[in-house]
Amino acid sequence: MNSRLPQMTYAAVIAGVFAFPALAQAQITEYQQDQWLHTAAITSHVGNVTGDGSGAEERYRRYCQVCHGKMGDGNGESAQWFEPPLYPKPRDFTLGVFKCRSTPTGTLPTDEDLYNTIGRGMDRSNMPPWNTFSEQTRADLVAWIKHYSPRWQTEKAGPPIEIPAEPEVTAERVKAGQEVYSRVQCWKCHGVTGNANGPSASTLTDDPGHPILPYNFHEGRPKCGNSDTELYKIFMTGLDGTPMPSFSDNIKPDEAWDLVFFLRTLQSYPSKAKEIAEQLHLKPLNPDGSLPK
Amino acid sequence: MKHGYKKSFGIVLAVVVAALVVTVVDQRVKAAGEGSITGSVKLNGTAPHMKGIDMSKDPYCAQQHTSSPATLENVVVGANGGLHNVVLYISEGLSATAASAVPSDEPSFDQKGCMYTPHVMAVDANQKFKVTTSDQTTHNIHPLPAATSGNIGWNKSQPPGAPPIENSWKNQEIAIPVKCNIHPWMHGWHVVVKGPYAVTDDNGNFTIKNVPAGSYTVTAWQEDLGTQTAKVTVAGGQAAKADFTFKAK
Repeated sequence: MNSRLPQMTYAAVIAGVFAFPALAQAQITEYQQDQWLHTAAITSHVGNVTGDGSGAEERYRRYCQVCHGKMGDGNGESAQWFEPPLYPKPRDFTLGVFKCRSTPTGTLPTDEDLYNTIGRGMDRSNMPPWNTFSEQTRADLVAWIKHYSPRWQTEKAGPPIEIPAEPEVTAERVKAGQEVYSRVQCWKCHGVTGNANGPSASTLTDDPGHPILPYNFHEGRPKCGNSDTELYKIFMTGLDGTPMPSFSDNIKPDEAWDLVFFLRTLQSYPSKAKEIAEQLHLKPLNPDGSLPK
Repeated sequence: MKHGYKKSFGIVLAVVVAALVVTVVDQRVKAAGEGSITGSVKLNGTAPHMKGIDMSKDPYCAQQHTSSPATLENVVVGANGGLHNVVLYISEGLSATAASAVPSDEPSFDQKGCMYTPHVMAVDANQKFKVTTSDQTTHNIHPLPAATSGNIGWNKSQPPGAPPIENSWKNQEIAIPVKCNIHPWMHGWHVVVKGPYAVTDDNGNFTIKNVPAGSYTVTAWQEDLGTQTAKVTVAGGQAAKADFTFKAK
């Protein structure tokens, strides 16, 4: 027994040595993070404000760390109590993958995208709107968040998608939007009436494999904001890390505005598009997703 | 003066001819030097039962499989125990030039009957590939590369009649799972390798083409059964042989 013990220790040490490179690759060390924090990549630019990551450490620790974790991996103390799909897990910043972007799928968001998310919060989740923070504080936090992922060291933010000026909402556009909703099959998840009860709704999972719900147009605001432009961005860029894909290859910019107007008719909020739909007596899609007669 | 002009013309001509000869000879040497690795991959033991897929949630998908029900494709066995969809690639011994050469052909990854065809697509790093759809239902193509791979995931919709999506992967990664969130049973793989590769056919046979002469380690990758390796020496212009056997789980 005694004579075997050193042998086993050697074995453990050797195994440890071999395991180390793999471990070093998979995890980001505090040393690496400290280095990244002092590179030019880790500043942020939002309008006239320049954010400095090192200025945000204390605030991150006080307000963000409990959910997003010390290492930004989404494993803060409270994360264990988040139960998807009703309460999505906190974002893992180490992946550099973000839902709310103005940039194409598979690219990094702009600093402004992250800044807007901090101030807006995430409806129907545990992320509150941090709109009491000053502009400078929010910009500093953006820079701090960026230091958690190696992607910011090697990549630039994607080019923001081009959004043409918003046209006037008309009856034709609302009807054309319904055609788009039918054609690209938004209803597969979001349902023919926008109730999030489409045939694929119950089996959706996010990238880490947690169950996730499609947006129910009758309950609350979309996760990435509820302005017309924000709705436009949601389906044209997709929400990376979730089942929501980008439709930019299949919806033309002008049609995208039609779809925005039709989405308004599904929501409970009053809007001009909704008034038009009521005047038109616009019927919902048939249960199979086809257009009503 | 006239004489000098002639002389320099002669020199230029000689250089051009010499360069042409060198190029032709070089190409010949290359062609003679490139061999191949051929063989088969077999399953030893009973093929596991592949579960049927219930596609009733999307009637279009279900209708495409009325004659023969769709099943999972994790382990597909053909004649004489041959294993389909195994990726063969050279894991050791390639020169940097051979490893970084990118084939000019463009493999396709089609969505057909709400399944991926092929179920496993191999590509070289930086080789262009196409994602196409033959279906009259909307899919979303959602590859999920590992966070540490340096490859970046994306998620795009492809409604009926949509044009192909062209893309490539930057780094070697064995392997990237691909899914469709709308049809949760849809699951395929992009296997990103460096250098020559092959995927086994229905009966488990393969040929890795364009392999320069040399000694290599060839790895066979199967999504459920893992990897096997073999040492292979390729002589100039010859076909070397390598057979693999996976044990059924």
